[in-house]
Amino acid sequence: MLVPVQERLRQDIEGWIKSNGGDRSSLLPVLQEVQKKYSRISDYAMQVIADLLDIHPVEVHGVVSFYSFLKEAHKGRFEIRLCRTISCDMAGRDRVARQLENELGITFGETTPDGRFSLEWANCVGMCDQGPALLVNEQVFTCVTPEKVHDILAHFKKMMDINVFQQAEEH
Amino acid sequence: MTTMKTITNTLTFSAVDPDAGLKKALTKSRADVIAEMNASGLKGRGGAGFPTSVKWNLAAAAKSDKKVVVCNADEGEPGTFKDRVILADFPDLVLEGMTIAGYAIGAKTGIIYLRGEYSYLRQPLEAAIEKRRAANLLGNDIAGKSGFSFDIVIRMGAGAYVCGEETALIESLEGHRGESRNRPPFPVDTGFMGNPTIVNNVETLAWAACILAKGGDWFNSMGTEQSAGRKLFSVSGDCARPGVYEFPLGVTIQEVLDDVGADDAKAVQVGGASGHCVPAGDFQRTLAFEDMPTGGSMIVFGQDRDMLEVAINFLDFFLEESCGQCTPCREGNEKLLEGALLLQEGRCSMGYLKNLCALGETMQLASKCGLGQSSPNAFLSIVDHFKDEVLGRTAMAPIEG
Amino acid sequence: MSDKSDTKQAASRAPVSQRAFTVEKPKDTTGIGSQVSITIDDREIKVPVGATILDAAKELGIHIPTLCFHDDLCVAGVCRVCVVEVEGQRTLQAACAYPVTAPINVKTHTRKVRQARRHVVDLLLSKHYGECYACVRNNNCELQSLAKEYGVDHFRFGHPDAPIYDPDESSYSVHRDMNKCVLCRRCVRTCIDLQEVGVLDAAHRGVESRIETFLDKPLADVVCINCGQCVNRCPTGALKANDPTDDVWAAIDDPAKHVVIQTAPSPRAGVGECFGLEPGIPLTLEMNTALRRCGFDRVFDTNFTADLTIIEEGTELIQRLHTALVQKEPVALPQFTSCSPGWVKFIEHFYPEMLPNLSSAKSPQQMFGAIIKTYYAKVNNLDPKDIVSVALMPCSAKKFECNRPEMNDSGYKDVDYGLTTRELARMISEAGIHLPEVPKSPFDDPFGQETGSGVIFGASGGVMEAALRSVIELVCGIKVEDLYDHADIIPVRGFEGVKYAEITVPDVGPVPDILAHLVPNWDWLKGATLKVGVCHGTANAKKVLDDIRAGGKFSECHFIEFMACPGGCLGGGGQPIPTTAEIRAARARAIYSEDDRSEVRKSHENPAVLELYGKFLTDGPCGEMSHKLLHTGYVPRGKYIP
Repeated sequence: MLVPVQERLRQDIEGWIKSNGGDRSSLLPVLQEVQKKYSRISDYAMQVIADLLDIHPVEVHGVVSFYSFLKEAHKGRFEIRLCRTISCDMAGRDRVARQLENELGITFGETTPDGRFSLEWANCVGMCDQGPALLVNEQVFTCVTPEKVHDILAHFKKMMDINVFQQAEEH
Repeated sequence: MTTMKTITNTLTFSAVDPDAGLKKALTKSRADVIAEMNASGLKGRGGAGFPTSVKWNLAAAAKSDKKVVVCNADEGEPGTFKDRVILADFPDLVLEGMTIAGYAIGAKTGIIYLRGEYSYLRQPLEAAIEKRRAANLLGNDIAGKSGFSFDIVIRMGAGAYVCGEETALIESLEGHRGESRNRPPFPVDTGFMGNPTIVNNVETLAWAACILAKGGDWFNSMGTEQSAGRKLFSVSGDCARPGVYEFPLGVTIQEVLDDVGADDAKAVQVGGASGHCVPAGDFQRTLAFEDMPTGGSMIVFGQDRDMLEVAINFLDFFLEESCGQCTPCREGNEKLLEGALLLQEGRCSMGYLKNLCALGETMQLASKCGLGQSSPNAFLSIVDHFKDEVLGRTAMAPIEG
Repeated sequence: MSDKSDTKQAASRAPVSQRAFTVEKPKDTTGIGSQVSITIDDREIKVPVGATILDAAKELGIHIPTLCFHDDLCVAGVCRVCVVEVEGQRTLQAACAYPVTAPINVKTHTRKVRQARRHVVDLLLSKHYGECYACVRNNNCELQSLAKEYGVDHFRFGHPDAPIYDPDESSYSVHRDMNKCVLCRRCVRTCIDLQEVGVLDAAHRGVESRIETFLDKPLADVVCINCGQCVNRCPTGALKANDPTDDVWAAIDDPAKHVVIQTAPSPRAGVGECFGLEPGIPLTLEMNTALRRCGFDRVFDTNFTADLTIIEEGTELIQRLHTALVQKEPVALPQFTSCSPGWVKFIEHFYPEMLPNLSSAKSPQQMFGAIIKTYYAKVNNLDPKDIVSVALMPCSAKKFECNRPEMNDSGYKDVDYGLTTRELARMISEAGIHLPEVPKSPFDDPFGQETGSGVIFGASGGVMEAALRSVIELVCGIKVEDLYDHADIIPVRGFEGVKYAEITVPDVGPVPDILAHLVPNWDWLKGATLKVGVCHGTANAKKVLDDIRAGGKFSECHFIEFMACPGGCLGGGGQPIPTTAEIRAARARAIYSEDDRSEVRKSHENPAVLELYGKFLTDGPCGEMSHKLLHTGYVPRGKYIP
């Protein structure tokens, strides 16, 4: 049966709120779940969450905009966050940054037109002994060189292509 | 494999019998567990150095059946990664430490607040928790101790350095923006959901497990009088062997530099972005609460590093990572950054620099939480120690990034 | 459900970061251990345990500057202007947020403290765009005062030379200019904690922090109820009411226009504050003179339609009760008052399913508007299109209300402009008039009868008291004074957040002529107990509505008065700034003293009202004509924003 997206979203949120305790302290886990499944936290999602937690949508907006890993807008399927903090900086993050921009054809803060990658800065990802480091979604890459940038991107492009292929088969 | 193994020296954690501490703790009364902690002289390993036994004691004395033990795994201080190593290599020690803490203060709930950047550690930690449940090291009547129930959940951060501050962390757990609270009240009295809560650093909890296993006196026999025991240091920057190193507190900076292969250091940033920049002339200073208190971050700068760029990097960091609620921190860091950029362009007068240093003092004194209070440290110490380097520059091309 | 909720207790919804530690204060503050000694600047005083340093300093008469602190709101401790040195503490402490639980020694003006305060002001000014002389808050701005207090003679850390944000002027009621915002978050605490509306909150972080609506949408597109309480608490000019004074002047200057102004009870109790008087000195009759000197052609008293509202709303209540008790048919009860447009929009957004409970009677302002452009126009042989109808209100929501598309039952826009007390004070000043010194003069007839029942509309509980005075007399056939001394119905007065009262109908009298077309007799009300509720501030309204939803005691009420603003209209968002609990109490005293002095103190005795029913609304209260002109419908807006 075809369930409208909004209805499915609401049901999901109801479930996540329940499984995370049901009160406001479930807000962050629920937002993380929404983002994981729907790749962003839409304005409708924020309002549903607010409604179910008996808080105001503007409070959810305040929370989402506070945390740099939560996002309201559509970003790339793979979010690349390059650590810009001092140790990675000293280890050559600028060259990695330039290579990332060159490979992807976008600058930091942007998303590729095909929606595959977005490029962001990160503040210290805790890989200071192995800089420069970057995160692709939840995966961490260290000692990244401009040369490795290409390999990392190729890896994810391939993953994406396989996924698209699988999805096409399922339909 | 996308990362390498972090270099370490010999860590005490790898030589401690699993769950020896917990089992010993459960044979003692709660007061005796805290007494053991007191004997150890352990102070918080996150950097603030608050005596752990005092914190536990306050929480133990509070009347509530909903006390909470929070493991602060929101390791965000630039240059710090020891907690990542501990969580990856010794997760059981941390979970054990939490369980001991739960026993000592009378809590049933433990929460690990794991920073979003360490998402990849979540699954292994979940697995470790599950294993402990299966082994009756978590859950009800733990290790046969009837009436002692304790369990641990993991909650993920979402990319906010300030949530390492304990009251901001609790705000975040409660589903709010990670903004620090007014104190008093302190979390040991009014913490998560209004319940007495202790927030301990990952390393502190791991040491607690070791202390219960080996005894408070064992721990106290190491280190200095005011800084008992050993501590893990995260060393990065211009050195041959960056990694996690364990030393007794009271070790000099020079000794650490010798071990990590930093022969040509001009300065070391001790304590990360919120710490102090120590020039080569001060390398005999000791890493101890009475001299240079630190959460363990040491970033080494070689001779050809531009210290002003270092200051700018840190200020950039605080501009973004300040929660933005209090004026001195929110606006002050921006002014310091603007000033640093003026210095870089050779356009900052001595008078204005003095203004900025006074502003730095205000930020240290009047900010609401530790983040704001420590945010000007790096700028102030770099300006102080490297005046000749930062003053009187000629205009140069603007930096990128 | 707590009946004793005052405005401060609403703070329980706030993030704890925005909530000060409150130690439970001992009931007996003289007992041993309930007091603690604190030394401020070498002067010692004993205060109750848990009092803040700021409280103690006030007791001692020591001034500590504040900015984010506001009497009505929970403590944030974010601006850091009030920092002081506490002996033994490494850092400076915010006096507003530091509870005294043990003896401490405090210094309020050491070098560190002075430097820190000056720096905070410097930093705020470095981001505060705008010039004082081009600001609505000139001379009444807390940032300006601080700059003066701390001797700011140059911008130490710079000053913006261009605006960053476009001002949001989408709303009929409230305009926002974030270029002037100092992020004290008073508006946030007002909107979320005090009012439970939740339009404004802090968004983003660090240097990007700012106050935003949901998704940064214009105010007109979010669930703002236009109460203006945020305006009243904003320390700077970042929030202000939509000011139509230029249009009003233009109408006055146009000889073809007949400009009438109706004045509500609360502005007269507050306007003196704009001219430097102590709060609580009513300037009703002086204001009449000043308005005429400004050029208004007629000056009327909104009390007239307040009384009319009582008759219409009271009749509607009787009809509902009759339907429920005699005809035994389902009908929405309790009936809710509908005079407060902020409250009306609140229920439209958040409890749309309860709209049937809302009285269909228009607010006094809108009733007046409809009467002016029909009856008054006819009697005075005026073309309604030439009449400009202005309403002086303590309220910013009234500006939205008069612009509701349905409010044109006269065939024209019933009320053209809503002015706040502050705006009127500026017009009077602009006309070169010092209000406290002008001679007194009465209102214009025919709508100038001062009545006590109308004037108490300005205070929380006033509508209920006026209604009860009339109901008791019309139904029971006795004098109110027989039941309540001096007709003061004390149980519904006061600033408790939620009030509840029961009144048993002792006996019934004959049905008065004015209601004879509706009911044959009152026998069905004999011995009945009338249950009423009163609440003010929408956070309290939420409590009452939730209680009704849950089937609590308020669900058994017959009639409930709701006012959007804390304290009722006298604490309205259009009243002089500042407004605090103390000032509200002073204004309430002014209002009740006017009631006390009035010859007519019951709505059904207002001769102008009786004349209106005799000559114009001849089919009586809730009749066809009054339904056309004096009643309205509502929009179930809901809270979801597309």
